[in-house]
Amino acid sequence: MILIKAFLIIIVGALLLIPFLKVTGKGIVIFLAIVLNAALTSYFAVLTLMGEKFEFILPGSIISDVIPIRIDALSGWFMLIINLVFITGSFYGLFYMKAYREQKSKISVHAMALLLLQSALLGICVIQNSFAFLIAWEIMALSAFMLVIFENEKMATIKAGLNYLIQSHISIVFLMLGFMWVRFKTGSYDFSAITAYTTENPKIAILLFLCFFVTFAIKAGIVPMHTWLPYAHPAAPAHISGIMSGVIIKIGIFGILRMLLLIKLDYTSIGYIILFFSVISGLYGVMLAIIQHNLKKLLAYHSIENIGIIGMGIGIGCIGLGSNNAILANLGFAAAMLHTLNHALFKSLLFYTAGNVYQATHTIDVEQLGGLVKKMPQTALLFLIAAIAICGIPPFNGFISEFLLYSGLYHWLQDANLFSLIVIGFSILGLVLIGGLAMLCFTKAFGVVFLGNPRKEFHHEIKEPPFIQLLPLYLITLIIIAIGVFPKLFINLLLQPILLFASNPFPATNTLQYNQDVLQQISWGMWGLIGIITLVFLLRKWALSKSKVTIEPTWACSYTAPTSKMQYTANSFVRSYRKLFRPFLMLSKNKKEIHGIFPGKVHYKSVTYDKLEKWFVDSPIKAIKSLLSRFQFLQNGNLQFYILYGIIFIVSIICIPLIYEKFLVFIDFLKQL
Amino acid sequence: MLSFALIFIAAIFFSGIISRTKSIFSGRKGPGIMQPIKDIMRLFRKGAVYSQTSSFVFQIAPTIYFSSVVMAMLIVPFGQSKGLISFNGDFIFFAYVLALGKFFSIISALDTGSSFGGMGASREALYSMFAEPAFFILIGSLALLTGHSSFQEIFSALHLGSYITYALAILATFVLLMIAMIENSRMPIDDPKTHLELTMIHEVMILENSGFDLGLILSAGCLKFAIYGALIVNLFIGIFPYEYTIPLFFITQFLIAITIGTIESFMARFRMGHNAQFIFALTSVSLLIFFGALLILGKFI
Repeated sequence: MILIKAFLIIIVGALLLIPFLKVTGKGIVIFLAIVLNAALTSYFAVLTLMGEKFEFILPGSIISDVIPIRIDALSGWFMLIINLVFITGSFYGLFYMKAYREQKSKISVHAMALLLLQSALLGICVIQNSFAFLIAWEIMALSAFMLVIFENEKMATIKAGLNYLIQSHISIVFLMLGFMWVRFKTGSYDFSAITAYTTENPKIAILLFLCFFVTFAIKAGIVPMHTWLPYAHPAAPAHISGIMSGVIIKIGIFGILRMLLLIKLDYTSIGYIILFFSVISGLYGVMLAIIQHNLKKLLAYHSIENIGIIGMGIGIGCIGLGSNNAILANLGFAAAMLHTLNHALFKSLLFYTAGNVYQATHTIDVEQLGGLVKKMPQTALLFLIAAIAICGIPPFNGFISEFLLYSGLYHWLQDANLFSLIVIGFSILGLVLIGGLAMLCFTKAFGVVFLGNPRKEFHHEIKEPPFIQLLPLYLITLIIIAIGVFPKLFINLLLQPILLFASNPFPATNTLQYNQDVLQQISWGMWGLIGIITLVFLLRKWALSKSKVTIEPTWACSYTAPTSKMQYTANSFVRSYRKLFRPFLMLSKNKKEIHGIFPGKVHYKSVTYDKLEKWFVDSPIKAIKSLLSRFQFLQNGNLQFYILYGIIFIVSIICIPLIYEKFLVFIDFLKQL
Repeated sequence: MLSFALIFIAAIFFSGIISRTKSIFSGRKGPGIMQPIKDIMRLFRKGAVYSQTSSFVFQIAPTIYFSSVVMAMLIVPFGQSKGLISFNGDFIFFAYVLALGKFFSIISALDTGSSFGGMGASREALYSMFAEPAFFILIGSLALLTGHSSFQEIFSALHLGSYITYALAILATFVLLMIAMIENSRMPIDDPKTHLELTMIHEVMILENSGFDLGLILSAGCLKFAIYGALIVNLFIGIFPYEYTIPLFFITQFLIAITIGTIESFMARFRMGHNAQFIFALTSVSLLIFFGALLILGKFI
């Protein structure tokens, strides 16, 4: 109890303090507040992962009833992820924001919003009262909005921010709907009422779940509710993009998992639904990521892909629960939750390195970059590690979670009927294609941004950020490698969260043993791989030390004056892909080709758009607009008319109930006849 | 460990046999069977030339490529003897370790800043992506058929099945053989002997490599062939005693090498634009195996 009070005091104190400090002070205070909060909450989180549970009852108010704070292992796992990303993100942000230190008031707002966001996210993990939950959810949405529009002098940023704000409020509508439904039926705001209500009415449970699912799917960016994500991520400053991608969209995943725990329903069918949307998300996300030329937008689409992978884990887990297959449920939920952590790690690392690139070059258009590896070797190495990890390639962490997912799918294969076999087939196909496409995408991103020759001359010096700024990045890298080579350790941490879902049907130790043995072998494999690489590398070093090594220009087919423009661009790298996948993509080209003996200036520009966004967002909005424009005559700017509307409104409000009463009387009268 | 040694021995002769076959068919005398290995050994002793544009990525990429292939080799079983690493789902590790090598060979081609490197890299990334589903569905259907999920268990159980499993094994051979051709950039997909950079895939990626690095890449190619050859052999040998399986292993590898040589002698390379479709068609062959497995298990009701 005292700790919760301390938590609130830290937040309020820091918020009050910030406006009165100098810029450096603001940064330090906010970082300290975030670290303190993180330490406080991580204390609980770690204990829950050890198997404890906490429950506090806050008195609340007349409107909200009592507010129960329940911290279980699921909350604990997500709280740890949130804290990790926030500590590294805010530390990185301290240095990233240096360029903006003149804009003091904006930085104040930014710092306050950052702290509020962390508190709101942590609150969402533990609050189990729908009224308070909604407030925390709203604080999260608004503070994230404030963080996104930091560079509000840019039109695109404001647009992206508004897009995010509107879509997150659409999601809130569904959330409110769900909560109000339960409140209306049971008269309680407590989450345990949801369980009680759905156990009594199993038929309605699935509808209620879908209501919540839409909420959290919008937040998580599951296709086709993803359209806010590719705008908001690139618009925000780098550390905010990392935090958004690392935790804000994960809170959607948390929501889905929480609702699965609360709502008792037919897990199998819901599992299929989640699996379907997830495979689509994964494929669609990566397919669009490949054709993006804005580095941060590319990463944003990859977030959609990874949410898809996490969702696949959840889907498989649900199906495992539904069919009493404990190993399947274990593998599915383990994959989902481990991938949540993994994605938070490598995606924030990617966004921070993209931030480094932006700071150094002032652009994130990949077609203008190139050859950065020589100017920024550390950033390049960090980006490379994260890129390999996100493709799910050993020896890094992405492989472990994808492996668990594959194991789940192949395990499910053994006792599946025809329908589920087809589902498995498509899931495996989807997962493999996701892996392959991600590799295409990240070889493109890394190759074009960091390798080769610079594609554009910059008039300022491009240099590596100071080591202290890279410190959080190295910390993340360390964890990425650790998960890769010691997967067993992290799976053990996940034991309690998984047991929340899949404890009943089978003794958990059996399934755990299954995972452990396999992961031990993988661990050996990873070490073997690293060992072989080291061995061969040393051998190569020894062999080269004996013979002559020369440095020459790149061979250009005897052409003596190659320019950097002759390199493959990002666009040409994915050309054949683009042609093959054209039905799924939306591309418009703007080009002027070479004509005549003395050609003038030529140009080629390709613009990409999101087909689903056109179908699900643009077209409906257009339709609504054209419908509403018919009523434009009402808004004629004439004050008298507006007063008339007011009077009509008031009169109808008063009259309708009266008329209704009379109407009822009349009906009664008719019935008596 | 046995499979490691056998694959290693097979790899030494593999590309020599292919080129010997090709030379016989084209009526040339041709180099000896050991010539490719002699070339590689010579490369290992030679100095190296590096491009000015290249960075540390270019330096470590061949090492990682070679190591990934060696690691994959450790996973392959032989009959009843397991690979050095064997666990449920080891084939996933197998495929993804090979992907690590591919990732590095692609980015090292981009590292030189030459437009040719980009060409090869872009093609390799696309084609290897298309080849992977075929492998996963193939192993998936074998896993379904046998009820196991590690290489060694799948292969030894496969042999105990009915005669129809051998029919499936023949289809699987086709898929694995084609995957081997794609992985090694051989004939229907890529012509290793072409002299025009614009039509190359693999060759153009390693254009800038020389000396020890080139030796590593070439020997990794030989090993890859032998690895896929070993997988094919495994489809048939099951748990026969070693005195039959070891000769069988070499005979099959020999036959595969001759088949590849024959294909290369009598076929022309596909048009670059058609490759993707061809490779993806392999996935449908895998699906055929999948449905075959369903039929055998009687799940088609």
